[in-house]
Amino acid sequence: MEYALQQLVNGLTLGMIYGLVAIGYTMVYGIIGMINFAHGDIFMVGAFSSLIALLGLGMLGITFVPLALVLVLVIAMAIAALYGFTNERIAYRPLRGSFRLAPLISAIGMSIFLQNFVQVTQGARPKPIEPVIRGGLLLASANGFNAVLSWMQILIICTTLLALVVFTLIVARTPLGRAMRACEQDRRMASLLGIDTDRTIALTFVIGASLAAVAGFMYLLYYGVIDFYMGFVAGIKAFTAAVLGGIGSLPGAVLGGLLIGMIETFWSAYFSVQYKDVAAFSVLILVLLFMPSGLLGRDEVEKV
Amino acid sequence: MAPAAARPPAFASLAAALKDAGLAALVAFGCAAPMMGLRTVQGQGGLTLVPRFDTVAIAVAGVFVGRLLLHLWQHRRGAIRFNLPRVPGAGRAVGPAFAVLALVLPFIPGVGRYEVDLGILVLTYVMLGWGLNIVVGLAGLLDLGYVAFYAVGAYTYALSAQHLGFGLWQALPLSGLMAGIAGILLGFPVLRLRGDYLAIVTLAFGEIIRIVLLNWTSVTGGPNGLSGIPRPTLFGLNFSAGGGPGSFADFFGLEPAAIHRIIYLYYIILVLALATNWLTIRLRRMPVGRAWEAMREDEIACRSLGLNITMTKLTAFAIGATLAGLAGAFFATRQAFISPESFTFIESALIVAIVVLGGLGSQLGVAIAALVMIGGFEVFRDLDEFRMLVFGVVMVGIMVSRPRGLVGERMPTVVLRERKGIDAALVKEGAG
Repeated sequence: MEYALQQLVNGLTLGMIYGLVAIGYTMVYGIIGMINFAHGDIFMVGAFSSLIALLGLGMLGITFVPLALVLVLVIAMAIAALYGFTNERIAYRPLRGSFRLAPLISAIGMSIFLQNFVQVTQGARPKPIEPVIRGGLLLASANGFNAVLSWMQILIICTTLLALVVFTLIVARTPLGRAMRACEQDRRMASLLGIDTDRTIALTFVIGASLAAVAGFMYLLYYGVIDFYMGFVAGIKAFTAAVLGGIGSLPGAVLGGLLIGMIETFWSAYFSVQYKDVAAFSVLILVLLFMPSGLLGRDEVEKV
Repeated sequence: MAPAAARPPAFASLAAALKDAGLAALVAFGCAAPMMGLRTVQGQGGLTLVPRFDTVAIAVAGVFVGRLLLHLWQHRRGAIRFNLPRVPGAGRAVGPAFAVLALVLPFIPGVGRYEVDLGILVLTYVMLGWGLNIVVGLAGLLDLGYVAFYAVGAYTYALSAQHLGFGLWQALPLSGLMAGIAGILLGFPVLRLRGDYLAIVTLAFGEIIRIVLLNWTSVTGGPNGLSGIPRPTLFGLNFSAGGGPGSFADFFGLEPAAIHRIIYLYYIILVLALATNWLTIRLRRMPVGRAWEAMREDEIACRSLGLNITMTKLTAFAIGATLAGLAGAFFATRQAFISPESFTFIESALIVAIVVLGGLGSQLGVAIAALVMIGGFEVFRDLDEFRMLVFGVVMVGIMVSRPRGLVGERMPTVVLRERKGIDAALVKEGAG
């Protein structure tokens, strides 16, 4: 029982990270109908930016942990946002209106580029860091097994919830959010009504990338080790989460992320660690097979 | 914040171009400064940062100059368009010329072991490209897990050689069959998916196959792979380097040499590739081939006209997969060793890139693209870690500047009276 509780906590934490990345996929898919294949690598860039910022602040002598973490988060979000923006400008904007597979292939090229760019500039070896926050709350204890909710997990869950609240407010209350929703419904009509669609799409990428950076930051703190290749598998899983929740739906992305996190954690805990990725990928195939519009998605109407 | 987003770009003056290039350089600085400028290095007391601002300066300057040149060039040309020079009738001669060159390649003076080996590699990718072309180019189904079928073929041969004592020629049909079955197995669940969803599911399928190969140690040998895969024989004659009775060199009274086996391998893959090409050309004229192309252009219209979409998609997947399986068996016999490392997503991406660069559906284009890509990889072999970096840039660059590939023009399969090419600008995918 305690073991299961511990897995639940771990799955929840992992799910939060996937959920944040999944939002980036679902937003971009909603607004321009393409899978931003490089989004997983933006997540990786976010994690590396966090690492560099953390080390940089350490060298500058800022060791007060809460301040350092906030600064690292802001820096990582800014850098990843810049990457997201550049990515859209270079690889996707020129292809708007091209045939449907063109942006996807361009995105795969971008993903390969980003991975190898980081490999060349930062080295291929995994980067380990010391845990920044230790300790936690004891939830339950039995037969010598302690179910622990660590401070780190609390931090991750709270940061994710905060990011989600801010993000939801942006989408629901601001003019930018209104423009985004308008573009999602009908891009041509939105541009006829005076919305700068190119700018809205660019900002969508910027927001998606900064959320991915939040996820990358937390991944770095939680697992304590990152490498240049981490974005590929994490990206596919987050995409699975977005599909599971119903692509285009923001609460769906978070819900899907939580489910994928749980499935992966419980699968590793009770069946086999080697096949945990197979579990996530099989979920993707099964969902698309039996429930193509996901849990909270709308049915896609086929227009002739 | 955004570098002036006018499209098409019309810069009134040099000042505007300078300003835009400056903004681009600023963005480049923001991207490059942390990633390139500060390298994380494993020191004694954990990770430390090592600054390298000279590379950042070079990168930023490069972006500035590049952006400026791009503007000046666009100002003169209007838009980026790379039009290959057109020579009427040349297109018809290029294909046979390549085929003849490929046939005589091992006997051209000055062509040694290295060149023939490279030829084998290129032809393997030509065959994979042509096989995938059926799925992506003709049927319009983007398959990002194509390498999985290649792996199925390779492992089928390796395992049947290990457990049943099969040689290449006995295992070849079996490899094709197994890969074809895998293709149908994948085909069934993804029948209802289209476009991007299909691409991601095929990718997931490819990864599943690779993870299974990696972890099913008792059968596949796990990360260590399978070795000692038998080399091919010619009607029972082996190509052992030492010669001796029953060997090719002994039978024909030649001096035993390693090059014989390589040339033999070269002709095997050449025949396989040409057979793939022949099959594709024949299939395009058959009802199923026409159904593929019709489905690529408009799936809904096909369904309305009573075409069996299920069968059409499944045959495309099955035939494409079978061809990959045959290529996989060849790969196994050439390497004599296979491991899951040869069947990663990057391989699939490379094959897709070859098909797309070749112009989605053009046989000749795919062959040229394979030659350019694999040859290019070989030329830049020394720049090991930069190779994939450049590959990514090239992939984006090609899509942005020439999304229809090298040979974007299409020849209609069915015509009334006169055969006219369809210009690349007019070719578009329906459902994708």
